[in-house]
Amino acid sequence: MQDSGIQVLFQGINFVRLLEGLWVSLKLALVSMAFSMVLGFLMGILMAGRNRIVGFVCRVYLEIVRIMPQLVLLFLVYFGAAKHLGIDISGELAAVIVFSFWGTAEMGDLVRSALISIPKHQYESGYSLGLSRMQLYRHIILPQTFRRLLPSAVNLLTRMIKTTSLAVLIGVVEVVKVGKQIIDASRYENPKAALWIYGTIFILYFAVCFPISKLSTVLEKKLQV
Amino acid sequence: MDLSFISAYTPMYIEAAGLTIRIALYGIAGAFGVGILCSLIKELNIPVLKQLAQIYIELSRNTPLLIQLFFLYFGLPKLGIVLSSETCAVTGLIFLGGSYMAEGFRAGIDGVPQIQRESAYSLGMTKKQTFWRIVVPQAVATSVPVFCANIIFLIKETSVFSAVALADLMYVTKDLIGLYYKTDEALFMLVVSYLVILLPISLLSSYMERRVRYAGFGNTGIVSGH
Amino acid sequence: MEGAILQTIQLTKSFDGMQPVLKEISFSINKGEVVVIVGPSGCGKSTFLRCLNRLEEIDAGEILLDGENISEAGKNIYEYREKVGMVFQSYELFPHKTVLENVTLAPVLVQKRNKRQAREEAEKLLKRIGLLEKKDMYPRQLSGGQKQRVAIVRALIMNPEILLLDEITAALDPEMVREVLQVVSELAREGMTMIIVTHEMDFAKAVADRVIFLDKGEIVEEGEPKEFFSYPKTERAKKFLNTFHYEALEI
Repeated sequence: MQDSGIQVLFQGINFVRLLEGLWVSLKLALVSMAFSMVLGFLMGILMAGRNRIVGFVCRVYLEIVRIMPQLVLLFLVYFGAAKHLGIDISGELAAVIVFSFWGTAEMGDLVRSALISIPKHQYESGYSLGLSRMQLYRHIILPQTFRRLLPSAVNLLTRMIKTTSLAVLIGVVEVVKVGKQIIDASRYENPKAALWIYGTIFILYFAVCFPISKLSTVLEKKLQV
Repeated sequence: MDLSFISAYTPMYIEAAGLTIRIALYGIAGAFGVGILCSLIKELNIPVLKQLAQIYIELSRNTPLLIQLFFLYFGLPKLGIVLSSETCAVTGLIFLGGSYMAEGFRAGIDGVPQIQRESAYSLGMTKKQTFWRIVVPQAVATSVPVFCANIIFLIKETSVFSAVALADLMYVTKDLIGLYYKTDEALFMLVVSYLVILLPISLLSSYMERRVRYAGFGNTGIVSGH
Repeated sequence: MEGAILQTIQLTKSFDGMQPVLKEISFSINKGEVVVIVGPSGCGKSTFLRCLNRLEEIDAGEILLDGENISEAGKNIYEYREKVGMVFQSYELFPHKTVLENVTLAPVLVQKRNKRQAREEAEKLLKRIGLLEKKDMYPRQLSGGQKQRVAIVRALIMNPEILLLDEITAALDPEMVREVLQVVSELAREGMTMIIVTHEMDFAKAVADRVIFLDKGEIVEEGEPKEFFSYPKTERAKKFLNTFHYEALEI
């Protein structure tokens, strides 16, 4: 077992460094997700509304996000902004901007479809009971929307986490970058480090995403209307 | 923007786009095969294989493609398995896409109500006949939108292939930015390339989706084929 | 019993170890007979029909077709189902096939009949129910009543020895109930053997040779329709018929 190379994980603080790197990835995901939730909610409400111009603009925005790979968007912001705004935008900031931009569109679409999936009768019967518009939304519409929304929103979080792996390609020092550093540092003493490090990162991502996707599936079953 | 620069480097982008499309096609075809295989295994309820398929699906769905690729490209050679950039990219795409396709099929199959099967059984049809004649055609029709979404998703995912040294669109772009500082032109061509590849597919898929959702079987029957 | 086409002996069925839904049901139907099963919802009447078509495994008892025990292990379930036709409440036409394809699928696939022959017979049957001009349409283009009539034809073309009808009008708008029941009445007149589960009491009265009242998984009462509907013998049947009248009045 001496040269299996697995010892690279336990040398010094290598494993802790990987975990710290993972935390950087997760922070990116969580911050972007927070922005996406808030902005996505607004967008969803706008999209479900009747204003056709607003609806059209949102639609175009959504299509752009759906068509352009996130990495292309990252390049646009990271390289493009640096050139045109004259500011050297950090990789982290570029990542948060792009992932929020993407997440907002996805979230907006989820909110929209949750809102429009509530039958018209629910509104009508609410009004016929004499509820005000505020009361109607507060007690009838929003609770149902949340129920429909929650599983797919949780699912979006796993997609967000997986997407953060792209940040390494614009120079963010996250889990993959840390992994590369460890591999480079132990190139001579441990040539097989790449296998273990990338294997570990693979498992780390799985360990984070799997429970969340399971949660999403469970919620979906539980909250089925 | 420097138009002469753009025209000078257009062939390079076309070549890179060709590479992306080629790998995407192999990957999608492979993913389709793996997806069918997995959902058949589940449908036929084959022990051991069924559990393996499930493990594969969970692993594939809960890890990023980039990490899968790094493992294939940098990790596996340490075990003596050396894959070329291209093989690596195709393998990675199949590994990722197979599970999405499998889930798509699965949802389609589960979406056919049990009583449809029973109604076929009541006519004396066997399980096999019922599956192929009654369940599959309906499942395929309802999964068309999912497949389209998966295809778009997989093509988008190809954008990370530059990370395993494949000379794709991102790679070329990064090169041009690094070498000549022609950031605007390079990014412009990058966006145009992906638009040219993905916009038609996206439009086609929303057209098909509308067709399946609102027309279903009946109008001209594009999905039924009879 | 002599002349019985289909017979059950102490048929028992329960789901997941719960209270049995059907308790030792012994029943038989003769050739050309029309039996209507009535009873409160949840009494087990649909489950009974599903057992008869082997869509549900039975826990105990026997099902005999032409005196042959078909509930034994190893019996060809498909051959059996071919002889027992079934029509469902929700029609269950195959949405990806046209009306004609729906009707000809099983004869060609299961009975290996000649395609053209099957087609001709299907057209003849469709003509009889007045739906020949709809033959190239898809189910979604038909009304509920039309769908249900096609579903009946789809079962008929197999030349079943017996037809099971499971609440076939329950999902229909009132104005379509009639067109479907008319088809069933005609079949009855022609001597088709049928077991019908229904909530249409007037129809039951008109078409049945015998009525069976099923409650809590047991046959509580059976007899001639006139008798049963006018002078039910058991308390449970009386109560059922009363609530039925009440409900009918209310609605």
